[in-house]
Amino acid sequence: MNSGHLISADNDGKSIWKFLFRQMKPKGRWLTPFNIISIPIIFLGIGLIVIRFWKGIGAITNLSQDVPWGLWIGFDVVTGVAFAGGAYVITFMVYILNMKKYHSIVRVTVLNGFLAYLFYAGALLLDLGRPWNVINPIIGNNFGVSSVLFLVAWHFLLYMIAQLIEFSPAIAEWLGARRAHKILSGMTLAAVIFGITLSMLHQSGLGALFLMAKEKIHPLWYSEFIPILFLVSSIFAGLSMVIFEGSISQRVFSEQISDKHREEHHSIMHGLSKICTGAMFAYFFLQLLVLVHGKHWDLLNTPMGRWYLLEMIGFVLVPMVLYFYSYRANNVFLIRLAAILTMVGVILNRLNVTVIGFKWDMAVHYVPSWMEIVVTLTVLFTEIWIFRWVINRLPVLRESPKWVNEDKLTDKPALAKKIQRA
Amino acid sequence: MDLHRRDFFRVLGATGLTLAVGKELKAAPGPKASLEFRGVLYDAARCKGCRGCEYDCAEANGLPEPLPTKDIKGLRTTDDKHRTVVNEYKTSKGIVYAKMQCMHCNEPACASACLTQAMTKTKDGPVIWREDKCMGCRYCMVSCPFNIPKFEYHSANPKIEKCTMCFETRVKKGELPACVENCPNEALMFGTRRELIQEARRRIFEKPDLYYDQIYGEHEAGGTCWLYISPVPFKEIGLNTSVQNASYPALTKGFLYSVPSVFVLAPALLLGIQQATKKDNSTKPQDNE
Repeated sequence: MNSGHLISADNDGKSIWKFLFRQMKPKGRWLTPFNIISIPIIFLGIGLIVIRFWKGIGAITNLSQDVPWGLWIGFDVVTGVAFAGGAYVITFMVYILNMKKYHSIVRVTVLNGFLAYLFYAGALLLDLGRPWNVINPIIGNNFGVSSVLFLVAWHFLLYMIAQLIEFSPAIAEWLGARRAHKILSGMTLAAVIFGITLSMLHQSGLGALFLMAKEKIHPLWYSEFIPILFLVSSIFAGLSMVIFEGSISQRVFSEQISDKHREEHHSIMHGLSKICTGAMFAYFFLQLLVLVHGKHWDLLNTPMGRWYLLEMIGFVLVPMVLYFYSYRANNVFLIRLAAILTMVGVILNRLNVTVIGFKWDMAVHYVPSWMEIVVTLTVLFTEIWIFRWVINRLPVLRESPKWVNEDKLTDKPALAKKIQRA
Repeated sequence: MDLHRRDFFRVLGATGLTLAVGKELKAAPGPKASLEFRGVLYDAARCKGCRGCEYDCAEANGLPEPLPTKDIKGLRTTDDKHRTVVNEYKTSKGIVYAKMQCMHCNEPACASACLTQAMTKTKDGPVIWREDKCMGCRYCMVSCPFNIPKFEYHSANPKIEKCTMCFETRVKKGELPACVENCPNEALMFGTRRELIQEARRRIFEKPDLYYDQIYGEHEAGGTCWLYISPVPFKEIGLNTSVQNASYPALTKGFLYSVPSVFVLAPALLLGIQQATKKDNSTKPQDNE
């Protein structure tokens, strides 16, 4: 299909390149606090990335022969993907369970998820020693199918495609491509079903990566249930991120949001806090079962044990109760507080499995270098820049153009007629 | 039995992949019934700690020459410049030496972790690393229970360094690994794993006072091709005694087995729920307005 032709035709014959060029230009004020902080860090980070490819990973990281995976895997990839879990949960609620109430946050959540995968998979390339071979498990005859990482790599790729399809109607609306919009919207359900299946497998797969490191991870965090714990926690991690991001977007992009959406937002937050309460209760109970099953009571009264209790009580049980209470008391502030505590808890959990609890008994512990942190921030800030660029141009938070609804209305009577005739 | 399990993983993974990408793959390799792994038996009672094997290994693999003994302080581990090290341990029976290198597991965690098959178990037993396939993810290092694969952190074109039992350069041509060939005290012996276990048992049986009655590597991590016998319990000579006796790839078996089922069942279930919850447009068309 010649989509380029379609787009230009739909755009009243204006050149698509001129249109894209005009859209590339920055909008709005330049000297915002976010820009002042993020621009120097991004430039510093790019410099560090050049050094990394020039002198090797050891030049800017504190990784060692004992600790092969540090902040870039533990935080950027493993934690980032957990936070991106909101996309599969929200699409499940809207397209599978047909909970129309949440429809207005689908696009922003999918965009957030897609960018998270794009950038965190991109951050993975920085961590690969030989990134030019990254295509080996995708093409050729080097399928290491007994590897959990093989599954995760394929799922990242496929899920990014699925999310792009889920998001593509917004791109078609931006470009004014009416026919492409119709075709792409028709693919949404298939992409959603495929995407949820992939998410279930790779959210748990990220936990399964560590199953072979049996003696290396502290027994309070290692169990054969890591995959299921990762999957369940990705539900409330993702939804807490949706609440957090939604609260910020409501203010930062307030001129884009219609009054109707603003009213819906509180009701959506309450619904999500209810779901989080349920998911966190299931998660807490599972963790309790794993603890009882593992018979590690004696370890609770060690430094690592107290750290474990802080994670489980301070950042799972407390935010769970907060979510429950805020839902009952109809308190938006408490919902936001609970979301932030939950996110801290998820970061702690992922880092405890991947970095802090990994070879916890070593004499010298891994602490990320400042350069690793700057590169992580670079990835994060670049993602936010792209996110902001897209929000300011595409119909993500704001309403779709009028022709979308016209197309829907013209379709439906025709459909109804067809059915009546049959 | 070991090979069957590996084959099963392969078939299973291929099935999942076929379902995932709809591409046909030939799943089952041919039968390999008459296979015997080759390995090395290290006898700590015979080793005099001359470290000749370290020098031979460095020379055979093009690595920098190891430090002279007088400059060595404390215990060392293998790293990206040393594929093997011999350490000196003060034990309950005096000074005992122990050589460290890759154990060449029967079912290697590193090879099962490798998503590009860069790390691979050869039919003859050695576990080797292939430069043209590796993407440097270091998942092998995370998975190896013996912490053997080492990574060149200070290189723009880094390699994974580990003992390959001199597979490509010597063993393939019927020669002995460099360390075995040059050992002046016959502390190292190359052979099929079956022969080596018999020989180890014979030595323990003939000199029960000299040896600790166990073969390290017979069951550790599901069995390894490199085997140890020693005058003292293995913990005293720095061997990792916390490894489990079952194979490490088996730990991810349950998860990988669930993948094809989820791939078939989840979409069907999701589509079913979607159909059940959607509003029926044909019966109430007026609701759409």
